[in-house]
Amino acid sequence: MRTRPTAVVLAGAAVAAALAACGGDGATDDMTELTLLTHDSFAIPDEVLEAFTRETGVTVTLTAGGDAGSVLTQAILTKDNPIADVMFGVDNTFLSRALDEDIFVAYRSPALDTVPADLQLDPQHRVTPIDFGDVCLNYDVEAFGADLAAPATLEDLTDPAYRGLLVVESPATSSPGLAFLLATIARFPEGSDYPWQAYWEDLAANDVLVTSGWEEAYNAEFSGGAGEGSRPLVVSYASSPPAEVIFAEPRPETAPTAVITDGCFRQVEFAGILEGSDGGSAAEALVDFMLTETFQSEVALNMFVFPANADVALPPEFVEFTIVPTTPLTIDPREIGNRRDAWIGEWIEIMQ
Amino acid sequence: MTRTVGRVVAVAIPVVFLGWFFVYPLVAILATGLTDAGRIDLSPLRDVLGSARLRGVAWFTIWQACASTILTLLVGLPAAYVLARYEFPGRRLVRAAVIVPFVLPTVVVGTAFLALLGPGGPLGVDLRRTVWAILLAHVFYNVAVVVRTVGTLWERLDPTLEDAAAMLGAGRWRAFREVTLPLLRPAIASAASIVFLFTFTSFGVILILGGFRFSTLETEIYTQATALFDLPVAAAISLLQLAGVGTLLLVYSRRQARRTVELALQARADTARRPATWRARTLVTATVTMLALLVGSPIAVLVLRSVTAGGSWTISFYRGLGASTAGALAVPPGQAIVNSLRFATAATVLALGIGMLAAVIITYRRGRLATAFDAVLMLPLGTSAVTIGFGFLVALGRPVDLRTSPWLVPVAHALVAIPFVVRAATPVMAAIPARLREAAAVLGAGPGRAWREVDLPIATRAALVGAGFAFAVSLGEFGATSFIARPSTPTLPVAIFRLLGQPGAATFGRAMALATILMALTATAIVLADRFRFGDLGDF
Repeated sequence: MRTRPTAVVLAGAAVAAALAACGGDGATDDMTELTLLTHDSFAIPDEVLEAFTRETGVTVTLTAGGDAGSVLTQAILTKDNPIADVMFGVDNTFLSRALDEDIFVAYRSPALDTVPADLQLDPQHRVTPIDFGDVCLNYDVEAFGADLAAPATLEDLTDPAYRGLLVVESPATSSPGLAFLLATIARFPEGSDYPWQAYWEDLAANDVLVTSGWEEAYNAEFSGGAGEGSRPLVVSYASSPPAEVIFAEPRPETAPTAVITDGCFRQVEFAGILEGSDGGSAAEALVDFMLTETFQSEVALNMFVFPANADVALPPEFVEFTIVPTTPLTIDPREIGNRRDAWIGEWIEIMQ
Repeated sequence: MTRTVGRVVAVAIPVVFLGWFFVYPLVAILATGLTDAGRIDLSPLRDVLGSARLRGVAWFTIWQACASTILTLLVGLPAAYVLARYEFPGRRLVRAAVIVPFVLPTVVVGTAFLALLGPGGPLGVDLRRTVWAILLAHVFYNVAVVVRTVGTLWERLDPTLEDAAAMLGAGRWRAFREVTLPLLRPAIASAASIVFLFTFTSFGVILILGGFRFSTLETEIYTQATALFDLPVAAAISLLQLAGVGTLLLVYSRRQARRTVELALQARADTARRPATWRARTLVTATVTMLALLVGSPIAVLVLRSVTAGGSWTISFYRGLGASTAGALAVPPGQAIVNSLRFATAATVLALGIGMLAAVIITYRRGRLATAFDAVLMLPLGTSAVTIGFGFLVALGRPVDLRTSPWLVPVAHALVAIPFVVRAATPVMAAIPARLREAAAVLGAGPGRAWREVDLPIATRAALVGAGFAFAVSLGEFGATSFIARPSTPTLPVAIFRLLGQPGAATFGRAMALATILMALTATAIVLADRFRFGDLGDF
């Protein structure tokens, strides 16, 4: 190849210009800095983290790493040389995987006293519960009435009267999809007269629709919400009806969707200090902060989950427009860890 | 002396870039996945090859990519011809609009396609979650690759060649088959190879439009790595995917190396004509209608949804973009646009600088090494985004920790964009007659000057086509960026994802409004790039 240095210099200058166009300020100062690794759904107003900085002098940099599964894989891959100090967003369906890989350091936050015991799923406190959400069946209020009442139980969904009305997400690619599968497993235990496998065969016979992700199920197939689809029953969250009120113009008097309280599965989201972090007491302070009123009072309206701190009041929309199931279904995280892959595999066999 | 240094640097820049940001992370992550207690363990490879289900997945991956490529060529070639050879009102707009799908996140395209292909859609049949939905979406995404890559060479081909053949008694079709087609073959092969790789590693389209029943090697790697946490199996599938793509690319670039034909290239003004006959007018109308249906209708659905609510017109979704009701969800659109443009500019400059150096190496350095280099350059397009993303994490921690640097975003985009620059530039550069360069040399120009004065002006136009793709690839956040840990600098696609991830009619409408802004931004940038002129060479 024959080129003149000028061409090369031009190309080099172009690369340098590109570097300059995007370079961070890279300024380092004396202030302690922490990196918080989260999933893409993490959302909290800047002012909240600024409040933490004012209190402690510690600045927090957010790093988002894709969906919850992707973030956990990243934390596991980098456990010898962690990319962050604290990680938020591992939930009870993935918890045992995180604990088996020893990516977290044990730390018992004093603020844990405000958190109900049933959310504290690791006795060694390697992770701290921050919020919870219930994956529940939602229905389009308009679609049901005198002719056909909304289903009340999981069993109702196999009734021919509700044929072709339900859309769910695949547990292999969707977090609420996995939670709903776990709900059915908790409700129709393996080895019983009517195990979950038989239940799903009945759902399939009743023309259940399976999508890969929540977005397609809720935005494109569900008839409530944005109103694009034709199916009035969907697997979503207990917090979805309040969101339908808050994110509607004009704001409606009543929620256009509602929750079926039977068959809800509780997801608990945790934060933990990553093994190998040099954050020390600052990292501990961040975990404490995530349980304070300042942080906890923001999770409901920003992430549409419920605060783990039981002393924090819920926004009025969460009180008025939804029901928090009193006895949601759960499965022990260790049991989920041991059986999750086999359950998903079996589910695929049944539904294919 | 300086000449030698220049040459070494010119080769070194693309080689170091690819080595550092592609080969090394790839080897590192595959080694991590396939090492057990410090020893290489290839048993996952055996398990994968032994699984009838995964063999089925591999077969589906290959055939859907082949079918998508053929369909895209069938739609794209007539469109490339019409847009290259005829001058008609709106031609520039159509040429720019076909690239718009490139920037649309698959979850957005998914909602449009699910509406169009549902039982209530214009087709009247339910194609949702069938392989047809996947193939149509692939054509929608990729037709621009054919139109713009082939079109750039076509509009520069001397039409008198075909006229001469026609005069000698060959019919139009025969003249096309025996004269034009062989001359276009390098560009067609270029475009086809990109479309094949793109659809071979298709991910969002398969999941969203295919539903849970279809899976490709790419979706399988994703599920294995992030849902089942089976890194050895994910690494084994990646390795097989890589081996398949690598073999294909080597065969391709060896064939390409033998096929290059030098051409007398013309300025476009000399080759384009108005459609004068009824046949020409029918052809133009039919082609534009086809593009409007395939590319235009999903776009129209999205735009329509951004301006309607409950059956009446509204601009509330655009107004609501800045509203604070959504808390931290509401990324100020201005900030998202600025972030997107910064990343896209950086990625384009990186891709253009490195891609053009690479194109020069491939064009003038024929031989085995150049052939292999050509294949390696294309490889990122055919490599799993999950694998590259996680590879960055494993490999880029030392000596400088780049794993959470904002730089990784444009670098990841550039990896995917470089093949577009190379593929757009090489067919045109290879067609530049050597005697032009020789003439320059006879007149006393050194090889560098000859390149600058002869090749560069002609190649610039082609490079701009590549740059347009690079810009769009980055605006649309293609590649590994969903799987790298990145600072929370929300770009337009990230802001759209966030809105679509929340229930609420208004969040959906705002997502559509942001998608519309993203499309408008892209179309504007491409129209501007298409208008760019180099020196006094006219439309080159």
